[in-house]
Amino acid sequence: MNGVHDMGGMHGLGPVQIERDEPVFHHEWERRAFALTMASGFIGEWNIDMGRFAREQMPPGEYLQTTYYEHWLFGLLRLLEERGLVPRAELEVCRRGAAVARPQPARPGLRVLRPPDVEKALRNRHAARCDDPVPPKFKAGDTVTAKNVNPLVHTRLPRYVRGRRGVVDRDHGVFIFPDAHAAGQGKKPQHVYSVRFAARELWGPDASARDAVYVDLWDDYLDRA
Amino acid sequence: MTHDHEHDHDHEEGSPLTETALRVRALESLLVDKGLVDPKTLDALIDTYETKVGPRNGARVVARAWRDPAYKTRLLADATSAIAELGFIGRQGEDMVALENTPKVHNMVVCTLCSCYPWPVLGLPPVWYKSGPYRSRAVIEPRGVLRELGVAVADDTEVRVWDSTAELRYLVLPERPKGTEGWSEDELAEIVTRDSMIGVERIPPQTRKP
Repeated sequence: MNGVHDMGGMHGLGPVQIERDEPVFHHEWERRAFALTMASGFIGEWNIDMGRFAREQMPPGEYLQTTYYEHWLFGLLRLLEERGLVPRAELEVCRRGAAVARPQPARPGLRVLRPPDVEKALRNRHAARCDDPVPPKFKAGDTVTAKNVNPLVHTRLPRYVRGRRGVVDRDHGVFIFPDAHAAGQGKKPQHVYSVRFAARELWGPDASARDAVYVDLWDDYLDRA
Repeated sequence: MTHDHEHDHDHEEGSPLTETALRVRALESLLVDKGLVDPKTLDALIDTYETKVGPRNGARVVARAWRDPAYKTRLLADATSAIAELGFIGRQGEDMVALENTPKVHNMVVCTLCSCYPWPVLGLPPVWYKSGPYRSRAVIEPRGVLRELGVAVADDTEVRVWDSTAELRYLVLPERPKGTEGWSEDELAEIVTRDSMIGVERIPPQTRKP
Protein backbone atom coordinates (compact mmCIF):
# COMPACT_ATOMS: atom_id res chain seq x y z
CA MET A 1 0.00 0.00 0.00
CA ASN A 2 1.14 3.53 -0.73
CA GLY A 3 1.19 4.45 2.94
CA VAL A 4 2.95 7.19 4.84
CA HIS A 5 5.30 4.52 6.23
CA ASP A 6 6.97 4.44 2.79
CA MET A 7 9.08 7.47 3.60
CA GLY A 8 12.09 7.25 1.32
CA GLY A 9 12.60 10.56 -0.49
CA MET A 10 10.03 12.64 1.41
CA HIS A 11 10.88 16.23 2.30
CA GLY A 12 9.98 18.40 5.24
CA LEU A 13 10.29 16.00 8.15
CA GLY A 14 13.13 17.95 9.74
CA PRO A 15 16.69 17.34 10.87
CA VAL A 16 18.08 14.05 12.10
CA GLN A 17 18.61 14.49 15.81
CA ILE A 18 20.80 11.99 17.62
CA GLU A 19 20.32 11.82 21.37
CA ARG A 20 23.57 11.35 23.26
CA ASP A 21 23.71 8.37 25.64
CA GLU A 22 20.22 7.41 24.62
CA PRO A 23 18.56 4.77 26.83
CA VAL A 24 17.15 1.64 25.19
CA PHE A 25 13.68 2.69 26.33
CA HIS A 26 12.53 6.17 27.32
CA HIS A 27 9.44 5.17 29.32
CA GLU A 28 8.20 2.15 31.20
CA TRP A 29 5.27 1.84 28.78
CA GLU A 30 7.74 1.47 25.90
CA ARG A 31 9.34 -1.51 27.64
CA ARG A 32 5.96 -3.11 28.18
CA ALA A 33 4.65 -2.33 24.66
CA PHE A 34 7.81 -3.82 23.15
CA ALA A 35 7.59 -6.98 25.23
CA LEU A 36 3.82 -7.37 24.82
CA THR A 37 4.24 -7.21 21.06
CA MET A 38 7.08 -9.72 21.07
CA ALA A 39 5.35 -12.13 23.44
CA SER A 40 2.05 -11.90 21.57
CA GLY A 41 3.87 -12.58 18.32
CA PHE A 42 5.15 -15.86 19.73
CA ILE A 43 1.55 -17.08 20.13
CA GLY A 44 1.94 -17.68 16.41
CA GLU A 45 -1.33 -16.26 15.16
CA TRP A 46 0.41 -13.89 12.75
CA ASN A 47 3.75 -13.58 11.01
CA ILE A 48 6.18 -10.66 10.81
CA ASP A 49 4.80 -9.44 7.48
CA MET A 50 1.27 -9.38 8.89
CA GLY A 51 2.70 -7.47 11.85
CA ARG A 52 4.24 -4.83 9.60
CA PHE A 53 1.05 -4.56 7.53
CA ALA A 54 -0.99 -4.01 10.69
CA ARG A 55 1.21 -1.05 11.66
CA GLU A 56 0.94 0.36 8.16
CA GLN A 57 -2.84 0.62 8.66
CA MET A 58 -2.41 3.44 11.17
CA PRO A 59 -3.98 6.60 9.70
CA PRO A 60 -1.20 8.72 8.14
CA GLY A 61 -1.71 11.81 10.30
CA GLU A 62 -1.56 9.70 13.43
CA TYR A 63 1.47 7.76 12.18
CA LEU A 64 3.46 10.95 11.71
CA GLN A 65 2.55 12.28 15.14
CA THR A 66 3.28 9.16 17.15
CA THR A 67 6.39 7.24 18.06
CA TYR A 68 7.72 3.84 17.09
CA TYR A 69 6.26 1.88 20.00
CA GLU A 70 2.91 3.60 19.54
CA HIS A 71 2.96 2.20 16.00
CA TRP A 72 3.69 -1.20 17.51
CA LEU A 73 0.83 -0.83 19.98
CA PHE A 74 -1.58 0.13 17.21
CA GLY A 75 -0.57 -2.93 15.20
CA LEU A 76 -0.83 -5.23 18.20
CA LEU A 77 -4.34 -4.08 19.15
CA ARG A 78 -5.45 -4.52 15.57
CA LEU A 79 -4.01 -8.04 15.25
CA LEU A 80 -5.44 -9.17 18.59
CA GLU A 81 -8.87 -8.18 17.35
CA GLU A 82 -8.47 -9.49 13.79
CA ARG A 83 -7.30 -12.89 14.98
CA GLY A 84 -10.10 -13.14 17.52
CA LEU A 85 -7.74 -13.32 20.49
CA VAL A 86 -9.44 -10.42 22.25
CA PRO A 87 -13.03 -9.29 21.64
CA ARG A 88 -13.45 -5.82 20.21
CA ALA A 89 -15.43 -4.62 23.23
CA GLU A 90 -12.57 -5.48 25.57
CA LEU A 91 -10.03 -3.77 23.33
CA GLU A 92 -12.18 -0.64 23.31
CA VAL A 93 -11.97 -0.56 27.10
CA CYS A 94 -8.18 -0.98 26.84
CA ARG A 95 -7.87 1.81 24.32
CA ARG A 96 -9.50 4.10 26.86
CA GLY A 97 -6.87 2.98 29.36
CA ALA A 98 -9.37 1.29 31.64
CA ALA A 99 -9.27 -2.17 33.17
CA VAL A 100 -11.53 -4.85 31.70
CA ALA A 101 -13.63 -6.09 34.61
CA ARG A 102 -14.40 -9.68 33.63
CA PRO A 103 -12.46 -10.60 30.50
CA GLN A 104 -13.56 -13.61 28.50
CA PRO A 105 -11.10 -16.49 28.80
CA ALA A 106 -8.79 -17.02 25.84
CA ARG A 107 -9.62 -19.92 23.59
CA PRO A 108 -7.81 -23.08 24.68
CA GLY A 109 -4.73 -24.54 23.05
CA LEU A 110 -2.84 -21.32 22.35
CA ARG A 111 0.94 -21.35 22.61
CA VAL A 112 2.27 -19.05 25.32
CA LEU A 113 5.97 -18.23 25.56
CA ARG A 114 7.33 -19.05 29.03
CA PRO A 115 10.45 -17.53 30.62
CA PRO A 116 12.67 -20.63 30.22
CA ASP A 117 12.00 -20.60 26.47
CA VAL A 118 12.72 -16.91 25.87
CA GLU A 119 16.43 -17.23 25.18
CA LYS A 120 15.97 -20.08 22.73
CA ALA A 121 13.13 -18.27 20.98
CA LEU A 122 15.23 -15.13 20.52
CA ARG A 123 18.30 -17.05 19.34
CA ASN A 124 16.38 -18.56 16.47
CA ARG A 125 18.60 -18.67 13.39
CA HIS A 126 16.01 -19.30 10.72
CA ALA A 127 13.32 -16.84 9.82
CA ALA A 128 12.62 -15.72 6.29
CA ARG A 129 15.25 -17.72 4.37
CA CYS A 130 13.86 -20.79 2.57
CA ASP A 131 15.49 -24.01 1.46
CA ASP A 132 13.22 -24.37 -1.56
CA PRO A 133 15.20 -25.01 -4.77
CA VAL A 134 13.75 -22.03 -6.62
CA PRO A 135 15.86 -20.98 -9.63
CA PRO A 136 16.91 -17.32 -9.75
CA LYS A 137 15.51 -15.12 -12.51
CA PHE A 138 18.52 -12.81 -12.43
CA LYS A 139 22.21 -12.86 -11.64
CA ALA A 140 24.75 -10.32 -10.48
CA GLY A 141 25.42 -7.77 -13.21
CA ASP A 142 21.97 -8.02 -14.84
CA THR A 143 20.18 -4.76 -15.51
CA VAL A 144 16.65 -4.80 -14.12
CA THR A 145 13.69 -2.46 -13.78
CA ALA A 146 11.64 -2.34 -10.59
CA LYS A 147 8.01 -2.83 -11.56
CA ASN A 148 5.71 0.14 -11.48
CA VAL A 149 2.91 -1.34 -9.41
CA ASN A 150 0.74 0.10 -6.67
CA PRO A 151 -0.69 -2.81 -4.69
CA LEU A 152 -3.28 -2.06 -2.02
CA VAL A 153 -1.75 -4.79 0.10
CA HIS A 154 1.53 -5.01 2.01
CA THR A 155 4.64 -4.73 -0.14
CA ARG A 156 8.34 -4.14 0.46
CA LEU A 157 8.81 -2.45 -2.90
CA PRO A 158 9.32 1.22 -1.96
CA ARG A 159 7.69 3.85 -4.16
CA TYR A 160 10.96 5.62 -4.84
CA VAL A 161 12.38 2.73 -6.90
CA ARG A 162 9.26 1.79 -8.88
CA GLY A 163 9.87 2.11 -12.60
CA ARG A 164 13.58 2.76 -11.99
CA ARG A 165 16.42 0.85 -13.54
CA GLY A 166 19.18 -0.75 -11.51
CA VAL A 167 21.86 -3.42 -11.61
CA VAL A 168 21.80 -6.62 -9.59
CA ASP A 169 24.70 -6.40 -7.15
CA ARG A 170 24.28 -9.81 -5.51
CA ASP A 171 21.83 -12.65 -5.10
CA HIS A 172 21.01 -13.19 -1.41
CA GLY A 173 19.25 -16.52 -2.00
CA VAL A 174 15.64 -17.65 -1.54
CA PHE A 175 13.32 -15.92 0.93
CA ILE A 176 9.64 -15.73 1.86
CA PHE A 177 7.78 -13.23 -0.33
CA PRO A 178 6.24 -10.68 2.05
CA ASP A 179 3.36 -9.58 -0.18
CA ALA A 180 1.94 -13.12 -0.17
CA HIS A 181 2.95 -13.88 3.41
CA ALA A 182 1.24 -10.77 4.81
CA ALA A 183 -1.98 -11.78 3.05
CA GLY A 184 -1.93 -15.31 4.46
CA GLN A 185 -1.20 -16.75 1.02
CA GLY A 186 1.83 -18.81 1.94
CA LYS A 187 5.53 -18.21 1.49
CA LYS A 188 5.83 -18.01 -2.30
CA PRO A 189 9.61 -18.44 -1.94
CA GLN A 190 11.81 -16.61 -4.42
CA HIS A 191 15.22 -14.99 -4.77
CA VAL A 192 16.06 -11.66 -3.19
CA TYR A 193 18.73 -9.47 -4.75
CA SER A 194 20.52 -6.38 -3.69
CA VAL A 195 19.84 -4.02 -6.58
CA ARG A 196 22.05 -0.98 -7.06
CA PHE A 197 20.24 2.15 -8.22
CA ALA A 198 22.36 5.12 -9.23
CA ALA A 199 21.39 8.19 -7.20
CA ARG A 200 20.71 10.09 -10.44
CA GLU A 201 18.40 7.35 -11.72
CA LEU A 202 16.31 7.80 -8.58
CA TRP A 203 16.55 11.52 -7.90
CA GLY A 204 17.54 13.22 -11.16
CA PRO A 205 20.49 15.28 -12.34
CA ASP A 206 20.97 17.19 -9.07
CA ALA A 207 22.00 14.02 -7.25
CA SER A 208 25.62 12.93 -6.98
CA ALA A 209 26.93 11.15 -10.07
CA ARG A 210 28.91 8.84 -7.81
CA ASP A 211 26.41 7.72 -5.18
CA ALA A 212 23.95 4.83 -5.19
CA VAL A 213 21.15 3.26 -3.16
CA TYR A 214 21.06 -0.51 -2.73
CA VAL A 215 17.59 -1.98 -2.22
CA ASP A 216 16.77 -5.63 -1.46
CA LEU A 217 14.15 -6.75 -3.97
CA TRP A 218 12.40 -10.03 -4.77
CA ASP A 219 12.05 -11.65 -8.21
CA ASP A 220 8.36 -10.66 -8.37
CA TYR A 221 9.29 -6.97 -8.11
CA LEU A 222 11.68 -7.02 -11.06
CA ASP A 223 11.63 -7.10 -14.85
CA ARG A 224 14.61 -7.56 -17.11
CA ALA A 225 15.52 -4.13 -18.48
CA MET B 1 -3.84 -7.93 37.97
CA THR B 2 -0.93 -10.27 38.43
CA HIS B 3 1.86 -7.85 37.66
CA ASP B 4 2.36 -4.49 39.27
CA HIS B 5 4.12 -1.47 37.86
CA GLU B 6 6.26 -0.35 40.70
CA HIS B 7 8.90 0.79 38.22
CA ASP B 8 6.54 2.91 36.17
CA HIS B 9 8.19 6.22 35.32
CA ASP B 10 5.38 7.72 33.29
CA HIS B 11 4.18 10.63 35.34
CA GLU B 12 3.59 13.18 32.59
CA GLU B 13 0.17 14.22 33.86
CA GLY B 14 -2.27 15.07 31.07
CA SER B 15 0.19 14.48 28.24
CA PRO B 16 -0.46 12.02 25.38
CA LEU B 17 2.20 9.77 26.91
CA THR B 18 0.10 9.23 30.00
CA GLU B 19 -2.80 8.16 27.82
CA THR B 20 -0.55 5.69 26.02
CA ALA B 21 0.96 4.47 29.27
CA LEU B 22 -2.51 3.79 30.67
CA ARG B 23 -3.48 1.98 27.49
CA VAL B 24 -0.41 -0.25 27.62
CA ARG B 25 -1.00 -1.00 31.29
CA ALA B 26 -4.62 -1.95 30.60
CA LEU B 27 -3.58 -4.16 27.71
CA GLU B 28 -0.93 -5.93 29.74
CA SER B 29 -3.43 -6.65 32.52
CA LEU B 30 -5.92 -7.97 30.03
CA LEU B 31 -3.50 -10.26 28.19
CA VAL B 32 -2.06 -11.57 31.45
CA ASP B 33 -5.54 -12.18 32.89
CA LYS B 34 -6.46 -14.10 29.76
CA GLY B 35 -3.30 -16.16 30.00
CA LEU B 36 -2.09 -15.02 26.57
CA VAL B 37 1.19 -13.64 27.89
CA ASP B 38 3.28 -14.50 30.93
CA PRO B 39 4.43 -11.37 32.83
CA LYS B 40 7.76 -13.01 33.63
CA THR B 41 8.27 -13.58 29.94
CA LEU B 42 7.77 -9.86 29.38
CA ASP B 43 10.43 -9.11 32.01
CA ALA B 44 12.84 -11.57 30.36
CA LEU B 45 12.31 -10.03 26.92
CA ILE B 46 12.93 -6.53 28.25
CA ASP B 47 15.98 -7.59 30.22
CA THR B 48 17.50 -9.26 27.16
CA TYR B 49 17.40 -6.12 25.04
CA GLU B 50 18.06 -3.68 27.82
CA THR B 51 21.06 -5.39 29.39
CA LYS B 52 22.36 -8.28 27.26
CA VAL B 53 22.08 -7.47 23.58
CA GLY B 54 23.45 -4.17 22.33
CA PRO B 55 26.11 -2.38 20.31
CA ARG B 56 28.93 -3.81 22.45
CA ASN B 57 28.33 -7.01 20.46
CA GLY B 58 28.86 -5.30 17.14
CA ALA B 59 31.91 -3.49 18.51
CA ARG B 60 33.43 -6.89 19.30
CA VAL B 61 32.87 -7.99 15.69
CA VAL B 62 34.49 -4.83 14.34
CA ALA B 63 37.46 -5.03 16.70
CA ARG B 64 38.06 -8.66 15.73
CA ALA B 65 37.91 -7.78 12.03
CA TRP B 66 40.37 -4.92 12.49
CA ARG B 67 42.91 -7.16 14.21
CA ASP B 68 42.44 -10.42 12.36
CA PRO B 69 42.62 -10.26 8.54
CA ALA B 70 41.35 -13.83 8.15
CA TYR B 71 38.31 -12.99 10.30
CA LYS B 72 37.68 -9.86 8.27
CA THR B 73 37.76 -11.90 5.07
CA ARG B 74 35.22 -14.33 6.53
CA LEU B 75 33.06 -11.46 7.80
CA LEU B 76 32.87 -9.80 4.40
CA ALA B 77 32.25 -13.11 2.63
CA ASP B 78 29.66 -14.57 5.04
CA ALA B 79 28.75 -12.18 7.82
CA THR B 80 26.10 -14.45 9.35
CA SER B 81 28.62 -17.22 10.05
CA ALA B 82 31.46 -14.90 11.06
CA ILE B 83 29.24 -13.05 13.55
CA ALA B 84 27.88 -16.36 14.87
CA GLU B 85 31.50 -17.36 15.64
CA LEU B 86 31.34 -14.75 18.40
CA GLY B 87 27.99 -16.08 19.61
CA PHE B 88 25.83 -13.28 18.23
CA ILE B 89 22.84 -14.88 16.55
CA GLY B 90 19.10 -14.65 16.53
CA ARG B 91 16.08 -12.57 15.89
CA GLN B 92 16.45 -9.70 13.40
CA GLY B 93 19.97 -10.89 12.59
CA GLU B 94 19.30 -14.26 11.00
CA ASP B 95 20.88 -13.17 7.72
CA MET B 96 23.66 -10.64 8.04
CA VAL B 97 25.73 -8.66 5.54
CA ALA B 98 28.86 -6.69 6.47
CA LEU B 99 29.81 -3.57 4.51
CA GLU B 100 33.37 -2.28 4.61
CA ASN B 101 33.94 1.47 4.72
CA THR B 102 37.11 2.60 2.97
CA PRO B 103 38.53 5.98 1.90
CA LYS B 104 36.77 5.41 -1.45
CA VAL B 105 33.42 3.94 -0.35
CA HIS B 106 31.20 5.12 2.52
CA ASN B 107 28.32 2.79 3.39
CA MET B 108 25.32 3.77 5.50
CA VAL B 109 22.23 1.78 6.45
CA VAL B 110 18.55 2.73 6.67
CA CYS B 111 15.14 1.08 6.63
CA THR B 112 12.84 3.50 4.83
CA LEU B 113 9.72 1.31 5.24
CA CYS B 114 9.84 0.58 8.97
CA SER B 115 12.98 0.42 11.08
CA CYS B 116 14.73 -2.89 10.38
CA TYR B 117 17.97 -3.09 12.30
CA PRO B 118 20.49 -5.85 13.19
CA TRP B 119 19.38 -6.58 16.77
CA PRO B 120 21.94 -9.28 17.72
CA VAL B 121 24.87 -6.95 17.03
CA LEU B 122 23.43 -3.47 17.70
CA GLY B 123 20.47 -4.08 20.01
CA LEU B 124 17.20 -2.19 19.51
CA PRO B 125 17.36 0.83 17.19
CA PRO B 126 17.74 4.36 18.55
CA VAL B 127 14.93 6.89 18.10
CA TRP B 128 16.67 8.85 15.34
CA TYR B 129 17.07 5.70 13.21
CA LYS B 130 13.32 5.04 13.52
CA SER B 131 12.36 8.66 12.87
CA GLY B 132 10.80 10.20 9.79
CA PRO B 133 13.72 12.55 9.16
CA TYR B 134 16.29 9.76 8.85
CA ARG B 135 14.05 7.30 7.00
CA SER B 136 13.00 9.95 4.47
CA ARG B 137 16.32 11.67 3.90
CA ALA B 138 18.96 8.95 4.05
CA VAL B 139 18.20 7.74 0.54
CA ILE B 140 17.65 11.10 -1.20
CA GLU B 141 20.32 13.24 0.45
CA PRO B 142 22.76 10.99 2.28
CA ARG B 143 25.57 13.53 2.04
CA GLY B 144 23.39 16.20 3.62
CA VAL B 145 22.45 13.90 6.48
CA LEU B 146 26.09 12.89 6.99
CA ARG B 147 27.22 16.52 6.93
CA GLU B 148 24.63 17.44 9.57
CA LEU B 149 25.91 14.59 11.71
CA GLY B 150 29.46 15.81 11.35
CA VAL B 151 30.70 13.33 8.77
CA ALA B 152 32.45 15.00 5.84
CA VAL B 153 32.56 12.76 2.79
CA ALA B 154 35.00 13.73 0.03
CA ASP B 155 33.58 14.36 -3.44
CA ASP B 156 35.53 11.45 -4.84
CA THR B 157 34.25 9.04 -2.18
CA GLU B 158 31.21 7.03 -3.24
CA VAL B 159 28.28 6.99 -0.82
CA ARG B 160 26.31 3.75 -0.80
CA VAL B 161 23.02 3.72 1.10
CA TRP B 162 21.59 0.31 1.94
CA ASP B 163 17.80 0.24 2.38
CA SER B 164 16.90 -2.81 4.50
CA THR B 165 13.70 -3.67 2.63
CA ALA B 166 14.06 -7.46 3.04
CA GLU B 167 15.22 -9.69 5.91
CA LEU B 168 18.93 -9.05 5.33
CA ARG B 169 20.46 -6.99 8.12
CA TYR B 170 23.49 -4.80 7.56
CA LEU B 171 26.50 -4.01 9.74
CA VAL B 172 28.98 -1.36 8.64
CA LEU B 173 32.64 -2.15 9.27
CA PRO B 174 33.99 1.33 9.93
CA GLU B 175 37.50 2.42 8.96
CA ARG B 176 40.05 1.67 11.64
CA PRO B 177 41.30 5.01 12.92
CA LYS B 178 44.91 6.03 12.94
CA GLY B 179 46.71 5.79 16.25
CA THR B 180 45.37 2.33 17.10
CA GLU B 181 48.30 0.28 15.82
CA GLY B 182 49.08 -2.57 18.20
CA TRP B 183 45.91 -2.14 20.29
CA SER B 184 44.27 -5.22 21.75
CA GLU B 185 40.81 -6.35 20.68
CA ASP B 186 39.35 -5.09 23.97
CA GLU B 187 40.94 -1.68 23.49
CA LEU B 188 39.69 -1.45 19.92
CA ALA B 189 36.16 -2.53 20.90
CA GLU B 190 36.07 0.36 23.41
CA ILE B 191 36.22 2.99 20.67
CA VAL B 192 33.73 1.44 18.24
CA THR B 193 30.45 3.35 18.41
CA ARG B 194 26.94 2.26 17.52
CA ASP B 195 26.56 5.03 14.96
CA SER B 196 29.81 4.12 13.20
CA MET B 197 28.35 0.65 12.62
CA ILE B 198 25.25 2.20 11.02
CA GLY B 199 27.51 4.35 8.86
CA VAL B 200 26.65 7.82 10.19
CA GLU B 201 29.79 8.41 12.24
CA ARG B 202 33.52 8.15 11.64
CA ILE B 203 35.75 7.08 14.47
CA PRO B 204 38.37 9.83 14.86
CA PRO B 205 42.13 9.24 15.04
CA GLN B 206 43.18 8.20 18.54
CA THR B 207 45.98 9.71 20.56
CA ARG B 208 45.82 7.45 23.60
CA LYS B 209 44.39 4.12 24.59
CA PRO B 210 40.91 4.10 26.19
